[in-house]
Amino acid sequence: MDLPFLYETLLKLLTGVPLTLQLAVSSVGLGAVLAVMLALARLSGLRLLAWPASFYVFIFRSTPLLVQIFLIYHGLGQFHAVRTSFLWPLLREPYWCALIALTLNTAAYSCEIVRGALLSVPSGQIEAARACGMSSFTLHRRIVFPLALRHALPGYGNEFILMIKSTALASIITLMEVTGLAAQLISESFRAIEILIVAAAIYLSMNFIVTRLVQWAEYALSAELRPPPAAASGQGATL
Amino acid sequence: MTDQLKPAVRLTALRKSFGAFEVLKGISLEAMEGDVVSILGSSGSGKSTMLRCINMLETPDSGRIEVGGETIQLKQAGGRTRPADRHQLQRMRASIGMVFQNFNLWSHMTILENLIEAPIHVQKRSRADCVEEAEALLEKVGIAEKRNHYPAHLSGGQQQRAAIARALAQHPKVMLFDEPTSALDPELVGEVLRVMRALAEEGRTMLVVTHEMGFARDVSSKVVFLHKGAVEAEGSPHDMFATGRSDCFRQFLSGGGGLK
Repeated sequence: MDLPFLYETLLKLLTGVPLTLQLAVSSVGLGAVLAVMLALARLSGLRLLAWPASFYVFIFRSTPLLVQIFLIYHGLGQFHAVRTSFLWPLLREPYWCALIALTLNTAAYSCEIVRGALLSVPSGQIEAARACGMSSFTLHRRIVFPLALRHALPGYGNEFILMIKSTALASIITLMEVTGLAAQLISESFRAIEILIVAAAIYLSMNFIVTRLVQWAEYALSAELRPPPAAASGQGATL
Repeated sequence: MTDQLKPAVRLTALRKSFGAFEVLKGISLEAMEGDVVSILGSSGSGKSTMLRCINMLETPDSGRIEVGGETIQLKQAGGRTRPADRHQLQRMRASIGMVFQNFNLWSHMTILENLIEAPIHVQKRSRADCVEEAEALLEKVGIAEKRNHYPAHLSGGQQQRAAIARALAQHPKVMLFDEPTSALDPELVGEVLRVMRALAEEGRTMLVVTHEMGFARDVSSKVVFLHKGAVEAEGSPHDMFATGRSDCFRQFLSGGGGLK
């Protein structure tokens, strides 16, 4: 094993980590906002909202992410209207195209995670909140979303891990994140195995950390599932 | 004396159908301030639906609901009856305490947090006041030591007492109880009934849908018997139980409709 080469490769590939993380975190963050709106639309009971949301989910879940990236990066530029629009400065940049494609894609999957989580909130607890006189906004902010978040977390952790790996596809449209850098190094050195193993190890480490973060969040939000505090904890309001 | 009392709750000609099934067939009912009204009836008689109409968890198809002298504004929209004024409804709901059969405490909050939630976020009272008052209420229902526990850590009886305290924390004018002991193990029923009895003795206005005949007979000031969506008989507990106002009610009592 050529350890100095592996070490050198590691240092080079690590410079792609910020871009990989940036793409993953931004797309999951923006995707989550979109997902909540889509899920609320699907559950609204209004066909005018529910149907387009369902259609959106169907389209983005049923076509390959790579095809979506290509369509946004190569496809949109074909239209004169797009090239002359105010969006063109964004849409001609591979970074923004990748981010948009990743966001739209994860939003479709996450919509279903969020929808399932919202449906899992016990109706009795919602009824109790309405009976207290809560407005719909307060009801969602204080009761529905906190309870739904607890149900969504395991599924959402999964989605986050998938998205970190999906950012590798952005290398196809010239982005120099971890996989893009690896491809570049391979074409210079032809030492594919070593470089790809280092790249894989980097993804593994990132996802190890994400897994731990999600575990920690699940733990922090599940005090009600653990044994009650010791009898001695009667005093000390930690509110 | 009686003419000084004001009606705390007045229902007039309440009608409600689920599909083709008419659950409430024009129910009228009046509870004065300080009244404890027990609402009895076999399952499907409409007693829970009627109670849930008072704070509009169910919307009646027609009729009139007054609480504390204020009428809940209704409107017709799209062939359905709806509350006309969201803000009025929220304000009135905040003044009506509701205790459910299945407690419905918020599972992600501790008992103390459950109690201060609506006073802080609906009634916009100061946190310090709410905490102080909530602790006194927990003391009163006998679960002060459970303040930092989550609902899942409590027995059914303790959860129901916490739920009663949560309703009281909003300073309700009226308390509604929807079969508060029906989901409890028999040995836990007593502790909840004791709390309810104490509230009755304080002079609180309470409407209680129940199968606890002992409570209806000994604690309430008025007993209402519903049968097939209509008020079949009503009167003082003495009149109702001793003389038996209606054949249906006698049958209900002897048939053991939930009788213990």
